[in-house]
Amino acid sequence: MAYAQAASSSTTPGSPPAVKLILNETDLQRVVDRIAHQILEKTDGAEATVLLGIPTRGVPLARRLAARIAAFEGVEVPVGVLDVTLYRDDLRLKATRALGPTDLPPGGIDGRRVILVDDVLFSGRTVRAALDALSDLGRPSSVQLAVIVDRGHRELPIRADYVGKNIPTARTEVVKVTLAEIDGTDEVRLVGEETK
Amino acid sequence: MSSTYLVKGVSVLGAEPTDLLIRDGIVASVGGARDAQVIDAAGLVALPGLVDLHTHLREPGREDAETVETGSRAAALGGYTAVCAMANTSPVADTAGVVEQVWRLGREAGLVDVQPIGAVTVGLAGERLAELGAMADSAAKVRIFSDDGHCVSDARLMRRALEYVKAFDGVIAQHAEEPRLTEGAQMHEGEVSARLGLTGWPAVAEEAIIARDALLAGHVGARLHVCHVSTAGSVDVIRQAKAAGVRVTAEVTPHHLLLTDERATSYDPVFKVNPPLRTQADVAALRAGLAEGLIDIVATDHAPHAVEDKECEWAYARPGMLGLETALSIVLDVLGPQWDLIADRMSRAPARIAGLSEHGHTPAPGAPATFTLVDPAARWEVDPTGSASRSRNTPYAGMTLPGRIVATFLRGEPTVLDGKATK
Amino acid sequence: MIKHLLSAADLDAEHATLVLDTAAELANLSSREVKKLPTLRGRTVVNLFYEDSTRTRISFEAAAKRLSADVINFSAKGSSVSKGESLKDTALTLQAMGADAVVVRHPASGAPHRLAQWVDGSVVNAGDGTHEHPTQALLDAYTMRSRLGRLAGLHVAIVGDVLHSRVARSNVLLLTTLGAKVTVVGPPTLIPVDVGPALSPDLRVSYDLDAVLPEVDVVMMLRVQRERMNDSYFPSTREYARRYGLDVARMRRLPEHAIVMHPGPMVRGMEITPEVADSARSTIVEQVTNGVSVRMAVLYLLLGGK
Repeated sequence: MAYAQAASSSTTPGSPPAVKLILNETDLQRVVDRIAHQILEKTDGAEATVLLGIPTRGVPLARRLAARIAAFEGVEVPVGVLDVTLYRDDLRLKATRALGPTDLPPGGIDGRRVILVDDVLFSGRTVRAALDALSDLGRPSSVQLAVIVDRGHRELPIRADYVGKNIPTARTEVVKVTLAEIDGTDEVRLVGEETK
Repeated sequence: MSSTYLVKGVSVLGAEPTDLLIRDGIVASVGGARDAQVIDAAGLVALPGLVDLHTHLREPGREDAETVETGSRAAALGGYTAVCAMANTSPVADTAGVVEQVWRLGREAGLVDVQPIGAVTVGLAGERLAELGAMADSAAKVRIFSDDGHCVSDARLMRRALEYVKAFDGVIAQHAEEPRLTEGAQMHEGEVSARLGLTGWPAVAEEAIIARDALLAGHVGARLHVCHVSTAGSVDVIRQAKAAGVRVTAEVTPHHLLLTDERATSYDPVFKVNPPLRTQADVAALRAGLAEGLIDIVATDHAPHAVEDKECEWAYARPGMLGLETALSIVLDVLGPQWDLIADRMSRAPARIAGLSEHGHTPAPGAPATFTLVDPAARWEVDPTGSASRSRNTPYAGMTLPGRIVATFLRGEPTVLDGKATK
Repeated sequence: MIKHLLSAADLDAEHATLVLDTAAELANLSSREVKKLPTLRGRTVVNLFYEDSTRTRISFEAAAKRLSADVINFSAKGSSVSKGESLKDTALTLQAMGADAVVVRHPASGAPHRLAQWVDGSVVNAGDGTHEHPTQALLDAYTMRSRLGRLAGLHVAIVGDVLHSRVARSNVLLLTTLGAKVTVVGPPTLIPVDVGPALSPDLRVSYDLDAVLPEVDVVMMLRVQRERMNDSYFPSTREYARRYGLDVARMRRLPEHAIVMHPGPMVRGMEITPEVADSARSTIVEQVTNGVSVRMAVLYLLLGGK
């Protein structure tokens, strides 16, 4: 939400940041469809698989993926929510964050293939936190990662198994994903360094 | 051989500027004073030297908090030329020996006249009378007796004390606090105490004692002085007593004229005092009572405390505040530049109550040269570390107050010049 | 988020709700196998207790440990200004040890406020004299919300020695902030003078427990110490129990859904009978369980950011 607001607040003093549309609504749908197909391919038809969305925007994305997988192959993939706030290593760098919900599907994650779903892969620290959180919750047979955008600049040896789009970025730029469920629109934009 | 001073262009009690020649301890007629040291007093106001009827000098016993000398210096810097030293020292000033010791220390310091107050009861214990006559007959010539810090709560003992001191025109200065109503009390009982969870000190505990004592004083035809009146109800009781012809006088402290119980919200014990800070309505009634004369005088209740007695939990802190160096500024702030009224409430009336005949005289030819010079235009910020007192427990830290003492003279000798103590 | 939690009045409705919501998330985590979270690793929480309170200290200790904070228990009972170290010196010691948070229980009202002036870390008031006990109020509110589904519009009666109760003060402040209606009930001697204007303009005062009970959703019984009898706050424990104690007959006057709370420790037979304390309406055991989640939430919100 904060990201979306920041993007639309180009009336604030100072030169407005350069905004570049990366994916429009149709592009985003196409990307989600493709990832859904890839998941089906790489997981033997989503056998013993659980999708866990990382709040905030990973949660609706995980639901969309599950819906597309169901549409393509009629397979019901359990969807859950994994909040990683309590496992972050950068808590002290920012004001206290409100906790998101953590909600595992009734079957749990033990012995299953867990696919973590997030909007943007950047430093890899969120995924690292998610891996720690998972290990406190159970023992998956394997863990995979699906993201809409990989923007580079990894700080940890982490890579995604499913990537919607690779976008070369400068470290100071911001990738903003907006989703209809949360923000009202489906878009991915690249915003230049914000000048204050 | 005392020096001669010519105070030029001074406004005596706010009147047209004039010159005052100070020679041989008195104010002389101006003229023929070529050798005089000139003090440019343009814009300054001359007041009779202030008299404090209620000062804790802590010596003997708590010299780490204050001594007669440091307290005297703080007093002179506040425009005072006489202070009455309360009896709750250690040992208690309940014998001729102790009051003479305090009196002698005051003379040695030589900055203000230190008039000891004697304890009413032995050891302030409220059980039997101290040797009031012996203290009256001593070199200290004690006329005011008080167990201040404790109330003489036993009605029969209070009656005896009031009666007994009539023999030497003494006066009992009562700390009015019904002790059974204030057990464990920490602050004024009301809205703020309810919120802060601090045990309340109800106004009635003061008012009930004042009413009782006024009736007793009327009954035996004695003089009663009420220390640190703090509530609107007390002002009403005193109004009735005076209307009934009782010989009662009363004092109010600068802090009760300015501060309220809301200050306790910080839990900083620098605002803990006994009687406690009250409400805005009480402050208003006290101001009105002072202006009207129902409350006769302003007295500081200057109560120095060592750092460790204030840098602690509220409940464990000792009650009391510094007052000598800030009193005039606060009264000026409260009453405005009503110089004659200020002179009456802070000098003439307290000198009269204490029987200090050398004090309370307006500086004019023929009068004792015991006065103070105030710069009414000056404003200054209270800095606890700048106090001449040995203690730092001023509740006014950081406040900007009007009026600054420039010079103080005691019998022709300057104790303060250019805002600095001369010794 | 606020720096210290000294009074329930430090929390506005938004912050108070955030604490309760955070506690609810943390309560879910506490039902899983690995209860420990790495969140406050490397942070030091000092439990500074000047009074015996095993239950509160253990609750804070469990909360801090589940968040992986280092916990130092500093029992200062028996310390006072007259003997041993002053509060300020203790504060400077804790400061030197690098305490990120100090949880303080103290017999003097306002001691946590003083402490907060002397340490850089966060100060959590775990009960100060007859002043406040804000985490108790938070866990009580949490318990009410989870039992009754809401706080706004609830009518809560707080019964007993309101004058000396830190639990009552914090609860009145917090519950009115969160939109509940509160009535304090007790003998007039145990209700503070000016309590209404002091705590909340909407606070109601009653001396008649039987009249209040049919209207309330929650009745919270406060501990009444027998020693108050010696100070003439009431004539006898028997008379107190008869007029203000909650027994089965009185409990029947409550609406069907109403719950009975007690912050503990209880004086059974004085303010509450054993049948009531052990009844299905009673939340007394839940309150203890919820205490850990609420205190975790408080520690996380105070220490989890920069």
